[in-house]
Amino acid sequence: MSSVNGEPPSVNGEPTSVNGKSWTEKARDRAVGALPPEKLLPDSQPSYMSSWIYVFGVLTLTSLIVIIASGSILALKGPGWWHFTGIGHFFNSIHLWSVELFFFFMVIHLWGKYWMAAWRGGRARVWMTGAVAFVVAVPCALTGYVSQQNFDAQWISTQAKDGLNAAGVGSFFNVTNFGQMYSYHVYLLPLAVVAIVIAHVLLVRRHGIVPPFQLSDRAQPTAREPESVREPDSVPAGGRAS
Amino acid sequence: MSRESRRREDEAAREWKGAYRPYDILKEASIALGVVLALAVVLTLLFSSPDLKPSTVQSWSRGDPVDFVTTATTELDGSSGTGSYGPPYNHASDGQHIAFIYLAKWLGVSHPINSAQDFVLAPLRSISGQPALASALSAYQAAPANTQTTWTSAYEKALGNATTNPNGSVKVKPGNYGPLPAMMGSLLTFAQSGGLDGALLTSKQFYQTDYTKPLLFMADGGVLATRAQQQHLLGTQWGMMNETGSYPGQVWLWLYTFWYQIKPFSTSANADILVMAVMGVLSLAFILIPFIPGARDLPRRIPIYKLIWRDHYRTQQSRGRLA
Repeated sequence: MSSVNGEPPSVNGEPTSVNGKSWTEKARDRAVGALPPEKLLPDSQPSYMSSWIYVFGVLTLTSLIVIIASGSILALKGPGWWHFTGIGHFFNSIHLWSVELFFFFMVIHLWGKYWMAAWRGGRARVWMTGAVAFVVAVPCALTGYVSQQNFDAQWISTQAKDGLNAAGVGSFFNVTNFGQMYSYHVYLLPLAVVAIVIAHVLLVRRHGIVPPFQLSDRAQPTAREPESVREPDSVPAGGRAS
Repeated sequence: MSRESRRREDEAAREWKGAYRPYDILKEASIALGVVLALAVVLTLLFSSPDLKPSTVQSWSRGDPVDFVTTATTELDGSSGTGSYGPPYNHASDGQHIAFIYLAKWLGVSHPINSAQDFVLAPLRSISGQPALASALSAYQAAPANTQTTWTSAYEKALGNATTNPNGSVKVKPGNYGPLPAMMGSLLTFAQSGGLDGALLTSKQFYQTDYTKPLLFMADGGVLATRAQQQHLLGTQWGMMNETGSYPGQVWLWLYTFWYQIKPFSTSANADILVMAVMGVLSLAFILIPFIPGARDLPRRIPIYKLIWRDHYRTQQSRGRLA
C-alpha cells in the first residue's frame, strides 16, 4: 500500500506497517543505496582510466551479446538448420567467431585485471565473479561443441566423457546424450553465465574500477585534485563497464 | 608485505578521490558492440565455420568391414573399451580413482550398457526371417561361457589377418569359431544397410536424442580415431584445443590438454581423474587469488601496472614538478 499525498499508508484509517518499512521498501532502499543511478550509469570516469586494457571488459560483454543473439537465431530454427542452409551456416559461423572473440577478450581482460590487482579495496567479489564467469563459460562452450551434430561433436563427446566420468560428473552430465547437452547449451549454462556476468557488472558499478598502486615516491591523492577534467559530486571510482 | 601495510593499501584503493573526466558508458558499449559484430562478420565471410559430416555405423562398416567386425566381436566378449569400462556404463571395473577416492564408482551405473547385448545380440535378434541367423544365435547363447570365449578369442585372432571380399563381407581363415561367422556376417550386412544405426538408437519410446550407444560403439573401433588423427584431434596432438581443419578450437582448454602431454599423467591409467583433480584445484585457486599469498602479491612485484597506468603516473610526476 503506497502513501498518497504524503500521508502514511493506511487501510480504514489504520497504519499498515506499524513495525517500520515493508520488505519491498527495504529492498528498494537497499538497491538504490548500493547502486544509485549515477553509479549504475555513470557519465564520468576516474582520470587514471587511460589505457586500452580497459576496453576488453566491454568487448567481452558485447561479444556475449552477439553470442546470445546468433545462438537465439540458431535455436529458433532448430539444431539441424545450419547444416543444410547457407543462411544457417552464416549464423553458425557468427556464433563460432563471437565465441572465439569472447574468450580472447575475456582472457586479456582477466590478465589485465590480474596485473592491476583488481581485487584491492574490497573488490575480491568483483574478481571472483569474473573468474567464475570464465570457469562456467568453459562447459557452456563445450556443450555447444558436442551439440554440433557433426564429426567434431562425435569426437569431442567421446573424448570428453572419460574425464567427466572419472570425476563422477558423467553420471548426471552425459556428453554423448545430444538432447541433454542441447538443453544445457541453450538454456541452463547460458543462464548461469549471464547471471554471473550481471552480478559481476553490478559489483563493478558498485565498487568502481580499482585505482592505481601508489608509487613509493608519491602518495595517492587524498582530496579531489584540481584538473582540467570534470569532478562530479559523490561518484566513487567508476567509469568503463570493464 | 605486512598485514598492516596490506590493510593500508587496501583502504587507499577503496575509493578514488582524484579527478574524473566526462564519459559516456552507453556510447562506449554501442561502439564496442559494433566493433565485435563487424569482427564476427568479417571472420565469418573470410573463414566461415567447419562442418565435417558425422561418421555413421553404416559408413564405418562399409569403409572398414574388418575393423567393424573386430570391434563387434570384442563387444560380444566384453573386452572392448565399453565392455570393460566400468561406471557409469557397467560394473566391469571400478573406474578411475585417486588413492581411496572412487568418484565414478560411488556415483554408480547411471547409463547401463551391456556391450554384448546392446551392440550385438539385441540388434541381431531384431532381424527377422533369417532361420540360419536364429539358429546361430541360439547356438551361441546355449554354449558355456568358456566355449564362447574360445570362439571369440580364435575369431579375433583370425580377424587380424582377415581380408575384405568385393561384396564387402569379411573373409577369415577356416577355424573353430562356432556360430560367430554367421552372426557377424549378419551383423555386418545389417550395419552396411544402415539398420544398425537405427537399432542402436532404439529405446522404450518413439522419440530419441541419446546417442550414447552408437557413439561408444564407434569409439571402440578405429573409425573416429582415424579421422581424428587426420584432423590433428588426438590427445597426443593437443587435440582437446584443436578443431577440424585449420580452425581455432577450444584454445582456452590448453592447460587441460597440457597435462596429458607430460608424466605422470601421460602414462597413468588414472590420467583423466588426475588431470580433472589438478584442474579443479587450479580453477579454485584462480577464483581465490585475492586470498592466496604470493599469487596476490605478484602484480605489485612485477610492475606491469606501471605500463598500464603510465599516463596517470606521468601526470602525477609532472604535477609534482610543477608543485
